[in-house]
Amino acid sequence: MRYSAYSIFKQAFSGNRLWTPAWREPQPKTHYDVIIIGGGGHGLSTAYYLAKEFGITNVAVLEKGYIGSGNVGRNTTIIRSNYLLEGNNPFYELSLQLWEGLEKDFNYNAMVSQRGIVTLFHSDSQRDDYARRGNGMRMHGVDAELLDREQVRRMMPYLNFDHARFPILGGLYQKRGGTVRHDAVAWGYARGADQRGVDVIQHCEVTGIRRENGVVVGVETTKGFIGCSKLALAAAGNTTTVGRMADLDLPIETHVLQAFVSEGLKPVIDHVITYGAGHFYISQSDKGGLVFGAGLDFYSSYAQRGNLQTVEHTMEEGVTMIPGLSRAKVLRAWAGVMDMSMDGSPIIDRTPIDNLYLNCGWCYGGFKATPASGFCFAHLIARNEPHHVARFMRLDRFERGYMIDEAGKGPQPNLH
Amino acid sequence: MASLITCPHCGTRPKEEFSIRGAAAPRRPSPAARDEVWHRYVYVRDNPKGRYEEYWHHAAGCRRWLVVDRDNLTHEVFGVTDATDHLTAEAGE
Repeated sequence: MRYSAYSIFKQAFSGNRLWTPAWREPQPKTHYDVIIIGGGGHGLSTAYYLAKEFGITNVAVLEKGYIGSGNVGRNTTIIRSNYLLEGNNPFYELSLQLWEGLEKDFNYNAMVSQRGIVTLFHSDSQRDDYARRGNGMRMHGVDAELLDREQVRRMMPYLNFDHARFPILGGLYQKRGGTVRHDAVAWGYARGADQRGVDVIQHCEVTGIRRENGVVVGVETTKGFIGCSKLALAAAGNTTTVGRMADLDLPIETHVLQAFVSEGLKPVIDHVITYGAGHFYISQSDKGGLVFGAGLDFYSSYAQRGNLQTVEHTMEEGVTMIPGLSRAKVLRAWAGVMDMSMDGSPIIDRTPIDNLYLNCGWCYGGFKATPASGFCFAHLIARNEPHHVARFMRLDRFERGYMIDEAGKGPQPNLH
Repeated sequence: MASLITCPHCGTRPKEEFSIRGAAAPRRPSPAARDEVWHRYVYVRDNPKGRYEEYWHHAAGCRRWLVVDRDNLTHEVFGVTDATDHLTAEAGE
């Protein structure tokens, strides 16, 4: 069923009794051309683009929980392409361009809202750093503006401009950045892939990867053995667990990241704002809740729940940046587990096993990458060669010395 | 929950006092080791789910490096040892 204004009227006149499920609930076939492990945003978008752009429709997406139960439904919904390095910027810009056309492309309302993102700076040296990043973006043809203090004040008068230690001197502004309703992204991609013949199989956990003569022949799952010609891993957060089934050596440490939403408030924050004096980011959802988060809990963790110390730290940062936040009540807090890679950048690459493909290491920047990650991963799986904008995101870059270290932190996963 | 860590030198202290380095399992190779060995040491991690030994620095306390033995799924802490004692114990095994 195609969604449109007409379909809404038509359904309304028939009492909304004729809506059909957005995707099927198929039983697994015995063999697929491509199996994707992980029904999160990246796995579903990979399946969607494989079917739509590369004509490969005999595809299964295996998800151990339900669609949207993992990180695609646990992030703070921000999209942007304000990256400095050549290995990152064109990739994230492709992603932002795909976001811009996504709702028409997959015929689903993902509430893409380009409300603009401002990254605040608090010192002269930080301003220079952001100016450099903005210039890097503009050299890649991406919009970036350096705002001074008064320009920021006009946009966001509620910020704490005169903090004794971290005064706000201005910000780097990307107008095309914004937010997207995250679970609608999973649903839209699942529906779009399903319509093109992809089997989205929920509650199907992969327990083993069967290999013969050095290549993958299929996967053992809780629904039995399923054969495949190509296997693709898109299980960020649990990449090591799945990768171990194929004896992969990975530059990944798993960490937990928390996010929060306040009670619904009247419209107050019109943009996405990130704090330069700490690591804090906030936006306001269309329902009115303030959606925000900060850094990792910093220790290795596979638990989808965080520590109170990080909750306290996040609230302190938020109140330092916006004093008025102290009167808002937090409604919910949750957490997701991240693949923290050794340089803070992801991996979309082939592996030492010929027909096994890897998509991992998204740190905590995976949501904004969802469309480009799927597009580039589908390109890699279909053509066996990397997409142009993902050509730096190789598994062997650490060995070769070609890290993509946006923050310049070195091989310390919890600092990226 | 790993909110409180019992430092062998300072007693039970809040997590805020510590800075976390990462996996305690990798062992620094000899300077003459092959590139592949160094690559594994610097970049490749076992990243197990469950029992895990991790370097923590008691930055706002005794400033000693500690090894925290804990479960990274339940966040239960089993024990904390001084990193030097940990290495000595390991060498003695």
